[in-house]
Amino acid sequence: MPVNMKQLINLVAKEDWPFTQGHRLCPGCNAPMVAKWATMTAKALGYEPVVGAATGCLEVSTTIYPFTAWNVPYIHNAFENVAATISGAEAAYRSLKNRGKLKTDKPIKFIAFGGDGGTYDIGLQSLSGAVERGHDFLYILYDNEGYMNTGNQRSGSTPPGADATTEPVGKVKTGKVQFKKNIVEIIGAHENVYAATASTSDPFDFMAKVEKGLKHEGPAFIAVLAPCVRFWRIPESDGPKITKLAVETKYWPLYEIDRGVYKITRKPRNFKPIEEYIRSIGRFRKALQHPEYKEVIEEMQKYVDTRWERLLKFEEATKGMYLR
Amino acid sequence: MPKYDSWKEMPIAGVIDKPATAREYNTGTWRIMRPIVDKDACINCMQCWLYCPDMAIDGIVKEDGKTEMVGFNYDYCKGCGTCAKVCPVNAITMKPETEFLK
Ligand SMILES: Cc1ncc(C[n+]2csc(CCOP(=O)(O)OP(=O)(O)O)c2C)c(N)n1
Ligand code: SF4
Ligand code: SF4
Ligand code: SF4
Ligand SMILES: [Mg+2]
Repeated sequence: MPVNMKQLINLVAKEDWPFTQGHRLCPGCNAPMVAKWATMTAKALGYEPVVGAATGCLEVSTTIYPFTAWNVPYIHNAFENVAATISGAEAAYRSLKNRGKLKTDKPIKFIAFGGDGGTYDIGLQSLSGAVERGHDFLYILYDNEGYMNTGNQRSGSTPPGADATTEPVGKVKTGKVQFKKNIVEIIGAHENVYAATASTSDPFDFMAKVEKGLKHEGPAFIAVLAPCVRFWRIPESDGPKITKLAVETKYWPLYEIDRGVYKITRKPRNFKPIEEYIRSIGRFRKALQHPEYKEVIEEMQKYVDTRWERLLKFEEATKGMYLR
Repeated sequence: MPKYDSWKEMPIAGVIDKPATAREYNTGTWRIMRPIVDKDACINCMQCWLYCPDMAIDGIVKEDGKTEMVGFNYDYCKGCGTCAKVCPVNAITMKPETEFLK
């Protein structure tokens, strides 16, 4: 049975919040929701989470020396290597355990958090390495589609048409032209890995995936769409509303690849046009004033439609065909 | 915040040797809009509790097994309004802090 609301409330009453008040992420930022839900799920399942975070808004704003919002063991190393760092901690744990040198027999689980810059781009090599070596850890990407802590530079995750300081919308270009790198497919292509997408619009879908990832013996990866209210230019209250629209417009399908087997975890009954999503987010506003904006929207619509059709076919084709 | 008599007592490598010290800093001072709940309308579904990015809503499971949204922790609530947005029955309204100035 997946974790439920009562279990979470009881956990906080008994053991306190694993991720606490007093962090300095912007009001309404969706990154702390991801940290809160993931650590609560691990705790509610009886695990002791050990957390690592890559440099980025979540890391910077939760550990302003000498303060920390983490109520669980936590390590930060650098921008590009949270997966390497957590895999080292996990290897040390396994070694100590094998040699009978651990004083606790509580099951410890290793969780790494990284932003999209730290995951799609600079941290990809260390992540691929840790997954390939088969470490038992869960990597959670909070995807806000840009290098937000340093002021909205484009990343491999920024969507086309979004205004970013390093790829601004101008008279000629409509901002970034490339679509988001498909990070879940990249990680899902490794051996014995559980990889999934999630969204802040659906905490219970996310927490069920966290549970699966933690129980999976080996590497697990979850990419959570988690808006930066500041640079997406949306109201502070609207993160989850926007990510709901992302799911309903096929912009961000909720699915998993469990050792090669595809499963769509939420199938909206009716889809909305991608234009509705684009029009609700301020960072597309400039592109919408560009003479070529219609083409950008058409291209995106075609892309998300095709990707959805492919997903349905992958789901059908891979049924029961688990790779190792 | 830990107090040291000398820098020599500080843990090496920026280690913070006490968890959850961020609570010593009140983010509630950032707030310009204050969430107010109408408990007559609230159905205690706990969505606001689950979503609050600042853990600024208190909740309990009562003896009869039902959940209850207890209220806001204004020491930390940043006034983002997410709780009001996710509430299925619109039981939370956001009011300007100026209304609460004495
Ligand atoms: C090697 C290195 N290059 C650049 C930086 C500066 N830097 C700090 S945070 C950051 C952006 C992080 O972006 P992302 O991973 O998407 O996280 P976000 O801040 O968006 O949450 C950058 C470029 C750094 N700390 N280390
Ligand atoms: S800049 Fe964006 S990602 Fe960073 S804390 Fe603010 S809202 Fe969150
Ligand atoms: S306004 Fe924001 S910070 Fe305050 S209680 Fe509501 S969700 Fe939490
Ligand atoms: S979301 Fe609304 S109805 Fe649900 S507990 Fe909070 S205030 Fe009450
Ligand atoms: Mg980012």
